[in-house]
Amino acid sequence: MTANTLIPRRKREATVEVARPRTLISPAQLGRSRGRTVYWIVFALVVLLFTLVFLGPLYWMVTGGLKTTQEVVQSPPTAFPTSMHPENYEQAWKVMDLAKLLFNTLYYAFGALAFQLIFDVAAAYSLSKLRPIFGKAILGLMLMTLMIPATVLVVPQYLTVLDVPIVERNLLNSPWAIWLPSVTNAFNIFLLKRFFDSIPRELLDAAAIDGASAMRTLRSVVLPISRPILGVVSIFAVVGVWKDFLWPMLTLPDPSKQTLNVGIYSLASGVPENVLIAALTIASVPTLLIFLLFQRNIMSGLTAGGLKG
Amino acid sequence: MSAPTLSKSEATPSRTGRPGSNRTDSAREEFMRSVRRNLSAHGFLIGAVLCFSFFSWYPMVREFILAFQKNENGKTTWAGWSNLTYIFNDPAFWQAWRNTLLFTALALLLGFVVPFVIAVVLNEFRHGQGYLRLLVYLPVMLPPVASVLLFKYFYDPGYGLFNRILEVFGLPAQQWLQDTDTAMLSVVIAATWMNMGGATLIYLAALQGIPGELYEAAELDGAGILRKIWHVTIPQTKLILSLMLLMQIIATMQVFTEPFLLTNGAGPEGSTTTVVYLIYQYAFNFNNYGSAAALGLVLLVLLAGFSAVYVRLSRSSED
Repeated sequence: MTANTLIPRRKREATVEVARPRTLISPAQLGRSRGRTVYWIVFALVVLLFTLVFLGPLYWMVTGGLKTTQEVVQSPPTAFPTSMHPENYEQAWKVMDLAKLLFNTLYYAFGALAFQLIFDVAAAYSLSKLRPIFGKAILGLMLMTLMIPATVLVVPQYLTVLDVPIVERNLLNSPWAIWLPSVTNAFNIFLLKRFFDSIPRELLDAAAIDGASAMRTLRSVVLPISRPILGVVSIFAVVGVWKDFLWPMLTLPDPSKQTLNVGIYSLASGVPENVLIAALTIASVPTLLIFLLFQRNIMSGLTAGGLKG
Repeated sequence: MSAPTLSKSEATPSRTGRPGSNRTDSAREEFMRSVRRNLSAHGFLIGAVLCFSFFSWYPMVREFILAFQKNENGKTTWAGWSNLTYIFNDPAFWQAWRNTLLFTALALLLGFVVPFVIAVVLNEFRHGQGYLRLLVYLPVMLPPVASVLLFKYFYDPGYGLFNRILEVFGLPAQQWLQDTDTAMLSVVIAATWMNMGGATLIYLAALQGIPGELYEAAELDGAGILRKIWHVTIPQTKLILSLMLLMQIIATMQVFTEPFLLTNGAGPEGSTTTVVYLIYQYAFNFNNYGSAAALGLVLLVLLAGFSAVYVRLSRSSED
């Protein structure tokens, strides 16, 4: 190796390469001036392309909501609104009754979260640590539901909601139609159980020796150490309801009970394009906020649990 | 620990050496304790088990029953195989399968290959990875109605952004969603934009697990970038690639929301009618729950094969 290549390499190691694992392209290759040029060109192109492809549509959405009714359907389209019309957002909020839709969606999402946290955490705790008889069979039956394509079950589930057996109740247009089925999330139970399995037995035995009941152990020992997985499961639960379309469309036909997705869809053809786009922007804000606030948890949860199941 | 032989322990009546009555007492106590323990454990399970019973297990059984029943004038009778013969004779059935397979093929071509390429490129970057990951995953977090209606706006042949982009590059304008030839491709493009973030991040995590020595060894053998990808990157991520492939097949064969919102489900001349949309039509437009369930059963049987392979693969990855 000549001194020529040695110097830039040392410099690079001192700046960016500290403790970075080796990947496809060798560090030596990137260290050469030609390698670095190529690297920066590719990098700049990718950043530009990604920004255009992923932020571009969002930019178009936000500015589309600011254009006039004529400008938004003008050909060729304009990159910048010629005049700003923030009142479109106000109109979208009023005409499509977004406050109502937003409230409904939040109500369903956080209700579903509460039910999932209570029932699924309790079930996973029982299956992992209390290990009742038939526990394995119950877990097997729960995991089996992951093998059944969700869309296949929509029809019989819908018929069940129309007339729940034994209790003989019609849950149509009721939030229970969202909340109770959301508990049957075998994937969340699986994630929770796998996390609880990793909690050392001795910790629970110590609590038991101190006379703690199963409930007390769950509250004071298991839940505090399970915060990361509870965060992941909670985000999945809320986002799941927020993004769902077919199920709320079927079970909540009453316009005053609808979710954002369904409500905007059913009103879409009746409003001018610019107002519709403003409504889409407003509907996107809450999940984008959740994402920006919790992106670390979301991404780690995705890669931790994304594959197993 | 002292380990008495079998005969010895039989000879000594009990470990504690207490008289027989106390022994049954402690046995009963032991039994009661186990009953209490089981009761409390099942108490923790009951909420989830009830929800599963009503909204998952019972509908699963009902799916099978419905597929062999018919409902005429409010009376439910057994229909034998007639629901199945009905759907097999419905021309929409074959069209829906053709469309679904086309969607799956196109979605895999885009949604399986593109995220892997993106992940391989991103993994090389020493800067800005956080920003780029954030961008890729951003659409996943949008409510589907927002992304889909936005794409519908872009696809408009008159004032849409996409025809404008084609124009800038000197390409002919397209009818996108309104043309039988391009309708499904347009749906796939929108669906890929919306969903590929998850796969990309999972591939990135997998790429970070590849030991760097393997690349070094390949370089000593004189391998270039493409050969390193072929001989190191792909073999090392083979398991995750196959799991994701199966998962995407299972997911894309159930596509509903995107075509439903983009082309009202059917599309021009039924060119975007998917299997799940046909299930929806049978059930909720024609009130024909029997045929809907029968078609669901066909889909279920087909996807169960993929699910079974998936479960086997993911089990083998845990060993």
